[in-house]
Amino acid sequence: MLARVWALVIKEFLALLRDKKSRFVLIGPPLIQLLVFGYAATFDLSHIPYAVYNQDTGFASRELLGDFQGSPAFQQVATIENEGQIAPLIDNEKALLVLQIGPHFTRDLLLHRPAPVQVIIDGRNSNTATLALNYVNTVLLSFDTRWAANHHWGRPPAQLVVRSWFNPNLLSRWFIVPGIVALLMLVVTLLVTGLSVAREREQGTFDQLLVTPMGPVEILVGKALPGLIIGALEGCFIALVAVFWFQVPFVGSILALLVGMALFLLAAVGIGLMISSLAVTQQQGLLGVFIFLVPAIILSGFATPIANMPELVQDLTYINPMRYFLVIVRGVFLEGDNMSMLWSQYWPLALIAIFSMSAAAWLFRHRMQ
Amino acid sequence: MAEADTPLRFTEVSKSFARGPARVQALDRLEITLQAGTVTGLLGPDGAGKTTLMRLATGLLRPDTGTVTVLGADTRSQANTIQSKIGYMPQRFGLYEDLTVQENLDLYADLQGLSREDARARQQDLLKLTALGPFGARRSGALSGGMKQKLGLACALLRAPQLLLLDEPTVGVDPIARRELWDIVQGLRDKGVTVLMSTAYFDEAERCDEIILLHQGKLLKKDTPKAFSAPLQGRCFLVTHHGTSKRHLREALQARPGVQDARILAEGVRVLCRTTAQPAATEGEQWQPVDPAFEDAFVDLLGAPVTATAATAATTTPAPATSTAPQASASAQPDRESAVETVIEVRDLCKFFGHFEAVKGNTFSVQKGQIFGLLGANGAGKTTTFRMLCGLLPASSGTLRVAGVDMRHASGQARARIGYVSQKFSLYGNLSCDQNLAFFSAAYGLRGTRRQDRLNWARQEFQLRDYRDVNADDLPLGIKQRLALACALLHEPPILFLDEPTSGVDPLARREFWQRVNALAESGVTVMITTHFMDEAEYCDNLVLMSLGEVLAQGSPEQVRAQAKDAEHPDPSMEDAFILLIQAHESQIRRAS
Amino acid sequence: MNLQRLRGLIRKEFIQILRDPSAIAIAFFMPVFLLFLFGYGVSLDATRVPVAVVVDQPTAETSAFVGGLQQSPYFEPQIYTSMHSARQALMARKADGILWLRSDFSRQILQGNTASIGVLINGVDANNARILEGYLQGIWQNWLQQRAFNAGAPLIIPVNGEDRIWFNPALRSRDYLVPGLIAVIMTLIGALLTALVVAREWERGTMEALMATPVTMSEILLGKLIPYFIMGMGGMLLSVALAVWLFAVPLVGSFWVLLACSALFLLAALGMGLLISSVARNQFVAGQIAIIVTFLPAFILSGFIFDIQSMPAAIRIITHIVAARYFVSILQTIFLAGDVWPIILWNSLALLLMAAFFLGVTLRRSHKRLD
Repeated sequence: MLARVWALVIKEFLALLRDKKSRFVLIGPPLIQLLVFGYAATFDLSHIPYAVYNQDTGFASRELLGDFQGSPAFQQVATIENEGQIAPLIDNEKALLVLQIGPHFTRDLLLHRPAPVQVIIDGRNSNTATLALNYVNTVLLSFDTRWAANHHWGRPPAQLVVRSWFNPNLLSRWFIVPGIVALLMLVVTLLVTGLSVAREREQGTFDQLLVTPMGPVEILVGKALPGLIIGALEGCFIALVAVFWFQVPFVGSILALLVGMALFLLAAVGIGLMISSLAVTQQQGLLGVFIFLVPAIILSGFATPIANMPELVQDLTYINPMRYFLVIVRGVFLEGDNMSMLWSQYWPLALIAIFSMSAAAWLFRHRMQ
Repeated sequence: MAEADTPLRFTEVSKSFARGPARVQALDRLEITLQAGTVTGLLGPDGAGKTTLMRLATGLLRPDTGTVTVLGADTRSQANTIQSKIGYMPQRFGLYEDLTVQENLDLYADLQGLSREDARARQQDLLKLTALGPFGARRSGALSGGMKQKLGLACALLRAPQLLLLDEPTVGVDPIARRELWDIVQGLRDKGVTVLMSTAYFDEAERCDEIILLHQGKLLKKDTPKAFSAPLQGRCFLVTHHGTSKRHLREALQARPGVQDARILAEGVRVLCRTTAQPAATEGEQWQPVDPAFEDAFVDLLGAPVTATAATAATTTPAPATSTAPQASASAQPDRESAVETVIEVRDLCKFFGHFEAVKGNTFSVQKGQIFGLLGANGAGKTTTFRMLCGLLPASSGTLRVAGVDMRHASGQARARIGYVSQKFSLYGNLSCDQNLAFFSAAYGLRGTRRQDRLNWARQEFQLRDYRDVNADDLPLGIKQRLALACALLHEPPILFLDEPTSGVDPLARREFWQRVNALAESGVTVMITTHFMDEAEYCDNLVLMSLGEVLAQGSPEQVRAQAKDAEHPDPSMEDAFILLIQAHESQIRRAS
Repeated sequence: MNLQRLRGLIRKEFIQILRDPSAIAIAFFMPVFLLFLFGYGVSLDATRVPVAVVVDQPTAETSAFVGGLQQSPYFEPQIYTSMHSARQALMARKADGILWLRSDFSRQILQGNTASIGVLINGVDANNARILEGYLQGIWQNWLQQRAFNAGAPLIIPVNGEDRIWFNPALRSRDYLVPGLIAVIMTLIGALLTALVVAREWERGTMEALMATPVTMSEILLGKLIPYFIMGMGGMLLSVALAVWLFAVPLVGSFWVLLACSALFLLAALGMGLLISSVARNQFVAGQIAIIVTFLPAFILSGFIFDIQSMPAAIRIITHIVAARYFVSILQTIFLAGDVWPIILWNSLALLLMAAFFLGVTLRRSHKRLD
């Protein structure tokens, strides 16, 4: 029994690794995705292009604009002279925002009167707009504090003192990169297991396998193990890249991460094998993987918070294994979680794993008849 | 003769392909001219360059050196002119499987630029010619192999081509469909169409006006079939011997010095001698000189296959099929009268797919050490029966006992007693030869020294040593077939299932294959086989003939042939018998419905 | 060019599309599926963010501040009695942030000092954390204004940003995600589906039979281009209809301009699909390549979700060869800003060049030969 399963596992590995194409599928796309996501997928803004329409001639506006020029998040692209120039700049996406300072800015400030700064912003990409406005407010706030102190405005009654835990500089890379560990583990595991039976069916070798004394359970285990092993290796590799290349801190317990990985992989392998036993051709298998994968990623909290989704959709995410694993990965990487803090994530994941594996086994037996 | 009248001329044509780092010379300075209005057969072993030759003639490939002219036009510069004048059917017929018969015809009519009226008239003719009329609305993917082939042909014939190129049109097609195809081809020749077709069948070669024999990209010989066989006059004999099975006789004759080749026919064993000197006959043998055939010439020119003489000695001492099975019956001379042991028993076997009854209550049994043939037209239910016997498909009703075990509840133990070679030699394509063997040996639970012994045996017996590190996908078809057979025999199964194991395999590999199967049967292995080659049916001890899910005839080849005997066919060949019985049955069913 | 042959090929292609479940799935099911998923599943607009509020000593001042929080639609404040329990709530992910009003909050204000309001944010999701921080600043500024107004005292914020948000004043993320998604959907139909169907013809040997007829290569290419062009435009119309009527995304610009730009983009996508299939003659490889070079970039490098300006320089350069980038820009502009000609024309020019390049290379590379 063991020898037969082992032979099947070795055969699966050879079949995957001897072929240039399938080797590429296992190594190429994950690497490309890792780099692209690691570098391109960021919500942090830099070089926000802005234009200045300054009607004031005083020193206060110069001081304020100096603050913007000194900020790495902003990049001035134009200085304009009249109102009519604003629209073309924004319409044509030359500038994301225009700072408009009224003619009495310095005078008002010196008279201790509040002086507004108009921020005209392109709202086409609402997320970018929201974030850019926050950046503007931060610059304004620091200017205010300084000005109030230097020019005897009196002190504000209260002030926000913001500290952020786990990610003090709010780098979205710290958020995205650990997520990629989960993402790519899921993708690779599903590709390995989801197509493996379909490939054999297409090539006719599945019949050959069925006439050997191997039982369905042996075949199932033999098909599941390569997915588990490859998924685990790839997961560990990406975790190492995250720590050593992308410099994401790892403050939690390694064991807690490994336990989470094992449960997550079991769940993923079960789903992959379910797709596999239903698909007759590789094309169907690929389509099945795709149809599962896209919602699984989008509804997992990988890029956008689950809390923002409509409630019905939120309920749906409870059956998504990636949802739990993302919490585990990020918890272990950034929040320093250990096993006892993650029970609330482990048990649903284990439940999904048990369900998907037994469903796969049932389908497997059923479809072999 | 004007150049424009020459349908096809190859002048000094060479063509090579890159295969990995190496280049393979597919054709080597080939020089060929076809006569207008003839049917030319293209033969040769695997990798001889037949398909490359066809594709060069269509202008889909360009020669590296030399020129190909078709109907006076050069394929390099005037490919489009050529393509409007020729008809070409590629190996897999080139049909759109999700289009219906009519839609396929419409598409090709449009592509050939036929006007609507012309197209309709021509399609009607072709549908009549191919008898596909009633199936116009059926998707071509749902047609049988024979019908697909005829539809492919009809598509190639839409604009009455002057030159028709057919690449292996009869692979995997049953005798009836083959015969119908030939009727069409002959009708075309009578209308002055030049036909070039590649084939693996010798009887088809005999019917050609000329034969081109290719070997490793070189032209071996191009001549009429008669001219091919003429030099062998006096070297061919029919040998009969009462009291010995034809199989034993063949075995004995093949081993005799002076004999180049021996094969089994309906009447006896046909022998090709190395010289005109007749080797000494042993007692009881009757030698009778016969006219040489093209097959003899083929064997003579390409060399007899590697004889698997070692087979008998080294093969299996089969594991006892059941605990009660006496080893005695596996003796070299199975005595049919006394030790009859039924190994496969099928009673009232039925299989339904939805409402469609694919197998209709069949009953037959197979004795130990027999070669048992399962014959039938495409769609007769052979493969379904086969899959049920191997436990790959559950039977709807009936009993099915293989090696004493009910295959409906087939356990791993029962499966350990059978070996199975599927239609397409299903091997793991990107695993090497050795890795395939290693995997299957482990899958069958072999271990330790026995495993090593069996692996060595397989490499030795099937001459796989040169291919140990070659991926199964890159093996020539004949070697693939050997490897598949080796994998199925690793665990020394007492029963071997072979599903169309010779389809698409070149003639030499086929002969070699049958030698092995014979040797296995001699050593007591029961062999169950399906085939489209009727000459192969003569190798079987017993066979059943199936049509539309029913058993039409069963018994020894002689008995089956005798069933088809009538006034018109006093001495039918197996192929005649096959066609007569099936056609009678089908028309009977049609009358009934 | 022979119209009869072309018509035959196009008719064949349509029959095949209608009978192939996976083509139907990619062309009709996928767009709806993706639109629903993104329309409903993806939102960057945080509402009702759970915030733990710890008030050490409740006074009128603190309840005014907390009241502002409670009235805001963005927050769902939960009152905790101690900082310890609030921290635990943050660790257990029950709250995204903590607002801490210390015991000396009111006293400091009365004494004319500046009281500090402690804010602790879970920074793991940096984007969400930033948005949360921005919301809290808004609450704080409102509170200051309200206080100043009530006291008749001048506001102690010298400079205040007055935001004027153009095109999407409510900053609904759906309004930019859904139009951007049209680019992804058309990439799916144009590049992926086309690459797959051509590869299938090679795989099944029908291409060989096709090529042995008098049909020309440009007819074969057009025979693929026209049906999938129609399919792609169908997918685009379906998406626009869903966007406007189901997701209530405004369509400010002209529908016809949108149609024309979509046609250009589709040509570029089809060109890529055909080019891929001329390189990869098997469906598995063609599918892989199509996903890596067209689908993923359309998702990530097009500015559809992630801001291109903020990417590292090397990746910014790469985005210039992603056709979807130009189309996403056009889409977001036409939907939300209107017909801004400079944007539309420049991006269209880029699309035109890409379409010409891909189709041209495909035509050059395609010979009616098997080698």
